[in-house]
Amino acid sequence: MKDTHAICLTVNGREHELAVEARRTLADVLRHDLGYTGTHLGCEHGVCGACTIILDNAPVRACLVFGVQADGAEVRTVEGLADGEQLSDLQQAFSDHHALQCGFCTPGFLMLAEAYLAEATDREEDQLTEEQVRELVASNLCRCTGYQGIVEAVLATARTRRSRPKGAT
Amino acid sequence: MSVIGARLPRKEDPRLLRGRGRFGDDISAPGQLWARIVRSPCAHGQVRGLDVTRAAKAAGVTKVVTAGDLPRGPVIPVRLAVPGTNLSDHLQPVLARSTVRYVGEPLAVVVGEDPYACEDAAELVEVDIAEAPAALDARTAPAGHENTAAELTAGYGDIDAAFAGARHVVRIDLAIGRHTGVPLEPRCLLAVPDPDTGALDIFGMTKVPVFNRDLLASLLGVDETLIHVHAVDAGGGFGVRGEFYPEDFLIPWLAATLARPVKWAEDRAEHLTAVNHSREQYHRIAAAFDADGRITGLDDDITHDNGAYIRTHGVAVPELTVAMLPGPYRVPAYRGRIRVVLTNKTPCGTYRAPGRFEGTAAREHLLDVAADQLGIDRIELRRRNLLTAGEMPHERPIKTLRTDLVLDVGDYPALLAAAAGEADRLGYRTPPDGAGPGQPAPRLRGFGLAMFVEKSGLGPQETADVTVSKSGAVHVYSGGTSMGQGIETVLAQIAAAALGVDPRTVHVTTGDTAAQPFGAGSWASRSTVVGGSAVHQAATAVRQRAVQLAARMLEAGPGDLEVRSGYIGVRGDPSAQVGLAQIARAAEPASPYLEPGEPAGLSARRRFEVSRMTYPYGAHVAVVEVDPGTGQVRVLRYLVAYEVGRAINPMLVEGQLRGGVAQGIGGALFEEFSYDDAGQPQAISFIEYRMPTAAEVPPVDVIVSQDAPSPGNPLGVMGAGEGGINAVGATIANAVRDALGLAGGVGQLPLTPDRVRVLAEQAGRAGRHDAVSREGGAA
Repeated sequence: MKDTHAICLTVNGREHELAVEARRTLADVLRHDLGYTGTHLGCEHGVCGACTIILDNAPVRACLVFGVQADGAEVRTVEGLADGEQLSDLQQAFSDHHALQCGFCTPGFLMLAEAYLAEATDREEDQLTEEQVRELVASNLCRCTGYQGIVEAVLATARTRRSRPKGAT
Repeated sequence: MSVIGARLPRKEDPRLLRGRGRFGDDISAPGQLWARIVRSPCAHGQVRGLDVTRAAKAAGVTKVVTAGDLPRGPVIPVRLAVPGTNLSDHLQPVLARSTVRYVGEPLAVVVGEDPYACEDAAELVEVDIAEAPAALDARTAPAGHENTAAELTAGYGDIDAAFAGARHVVRIDLAIGRHTGVPLEPRCLLAVPDPDTGALDIFGMTKVPVFNRDLLASLLGVDETLIHVHAVDAGGGFGVRGEFYPEDFLIPWLAATLARPVKWAEDRAEHLTAVNHSREQYHRIAAAFDADGRITGLDDDITHDNGAYIRTHGVAVPELTVAMLPGPYRVPAYRGRIRVVLTNKTPCGTYRAPGRFEGTAAREHLLDVAADQLGIDRIELRRRNLLTAGEMPHERPIKTLRTDLVLDVGDYPALLAAAAGEADRLGYRTPPDGAGPGQPAPRLRGFGLAMFVEKSGLGPQETADVTVSKSGAVHVYSGGTSMGQGIETVLAQIAAAALGVDPRTVHVTTGDTAAQPFGAGSWASRSTVVGGSAVHQAATAVRQRAVQLAARMLEAGPGDLEVRSGYIGVRGDPSAQVGLAQIARAAEPASPYLEPGEPAGLSARRRFEVSRMTYPYGAHVAVVEVDPGTGQVRVLRYLVAYEVGRAINPMLVEGQLRGGVAQGIGGALFEEFSYDDAGQPQAISFIEYRMPTAAEVPPVDVIVSQDAPSPGNPLGVMGAGEGGINAVGATIANAVRDALGLAGGVGQLPLTPDRVRVLAEQAGRAGRHDAVSREGGAA
């Protein structure tokens, strides 16, 4: 007999109510129950980071969180980054700096960097260095790019966001 | 500026950045079942019992199958056969029946409503195996048919005389560690049957979809057009993804048998024990030199550990190893011998630069040891022995992949000079500031360099269709497949250049067997060379056809027309022109512009055929820092200089090279499939199988050289997929040897900390390096 629970979570601003098995991972809930297939599973043991999402403003591995733990939470996935057809500055920077090839790890890197940059720009004195970005990017695995484009894209986004006047979008 | 050579943004990027890619597991079918493979827990043994009773009764389980349930004799044949070899006794069964030969070998499949339930039920399958001793060291495996799948030799000249008459003979042993491609996306397959027609739609096959479709059709005994392999995004290929594995029969067969869609999504532990391994070789290599340091002979005796079975690559990797081993040098006499040994480990196949990563490491490491023994600078020794531009084309009496080995074009000494010069300019050989008083002793720095020849553009053919639709959009249907390399962008640039249109109006379809039934696939760095040339030819034919129709529409002679960015017009008359959309409509049936009996449509199919490969080449340079106390190696600087003939999109070439370096660093320093004495794999997660992160991969300096256009194709291109990884093992080994001041070679890759510590201790005892004793004293 399945141990199911009713949960309610918000994904990219949209509310979802559903029943999930207690052992079902948030990654599977997002991908297979709610159709957010942009969140990818590369290892299912929390190392590769391809499934990184933002859960209540913090980047987490969706393969290491149960769906029931996300009850009442706000989730952001890669599908929520762009504004309609307009790519976000971070997404555009990834394309400009050739930060992706197969694109499988890309959603994880985007959400990792998005959470980090959001926090970093809150601290105005923070001047991100390449070393800091490299350390951040070292949280996840990419098998195609050699990371150079990813580091450059995150740094470039950090710089443009810092130089942007407050309140501008 | 021409579209060819432009750093255009990739067509693939927007969908992938939005999370709208279509990877295998992103696709589901209504009513689909899930499959879970039950795998052998033992490395070697006889199957005494396989009881699926409890599993079959578990909640949510539809069916459990074992070898006895399969139709008789599905055998996965060798895709890349080497003439003169018969490997039929060593092929892997789809499901093991009586004997298991490696941990991870498929024994049964559980099919059910939910992947969690299937995984639970798979645990209930009772496997009883009488364990037998596991053969784990290919070097000590007894000779004989049971263990030796093949013995191959490549060579020419009088090798014995060369060594007998040599002024200097230098020998080293070098072991290359077992590792492989490990794309970030695990394998996935979805098979959707149509019980009424017998058709099967397959999602998740890539690399060689037409070959796989035909093979599946023959194994299932159905017409190949009933099987439609659909295009999917692939999360990295690197040689391993897309070969025909046991699962590629099992999942479609189950779907057809159960008349339900069946999906299988591999987990990472499965991937690391089930997907093709690669690389594990033991080289005993020797070179003979004359008094001037010129190579007079090269001899390599290699043991190749192929794991438990022969898979689709047959013995292509060992064949490539001995065929490509002489590399860019003038080698008057050569002998490469390789014994392909079966052991109780995961079977092997190709991994990016197969046979070359291994052979380049052995040859280039030998040259560094030789340079020291002969008292010649490492770069000078190479320069003296490199083939010169005047010696091109250079034919070697060697065949590989059924082609004659002819080094077609290039200036190897010029590229070596460019790489060394750039490394100097960037300060690779500038010593760091010394440690001041009270600061810890500096770590040991080492400089490494290696030269290599790659291969690319394997034939025999690739086919492309180019069609202009009524909106004026251009559609390319290529037999290549996407692995994430940017093939859509590159083929769009090639088609746009030939047709004189904006590449944004070009739509590229790859990997779909209905859209392009004659595709040969994407592997062996062939997509831009062979696939691109086919697109170039088809697009050029469409352009000619468009000019012919425009001449009728404009009532002008074809010779008076010119192509103007999507339009064809009369030269000297800007107002007299027709667009591609108008021309496409003029090619519709019943158009007044078509002559009686003339086929309708603005499209062309062309096949580009090639009998030989084209051979790019390059140099790698690295600076490493070794901590002799911990054995840790850090790669500080890395440079790749690589000749590609012509870069369609230099940004993508650079990306290929940088990504290859990162993977190569993994194989040189970190990644290794090790086994315990019982044959249990020790690397079954990303905790133990350590792929480099951004902390281990430095920024890579790149020189994309376009000095030697390939004479073998209309675009002048050479493949760029494997030049980034080819020489990383060699270059890192040479740099670490330099750092430690070793007299001999490093002996073994990857250079893990425990191995480097031992080398550092040996170097310290031999008094080779003052810094080592300083470091030891400070510790």
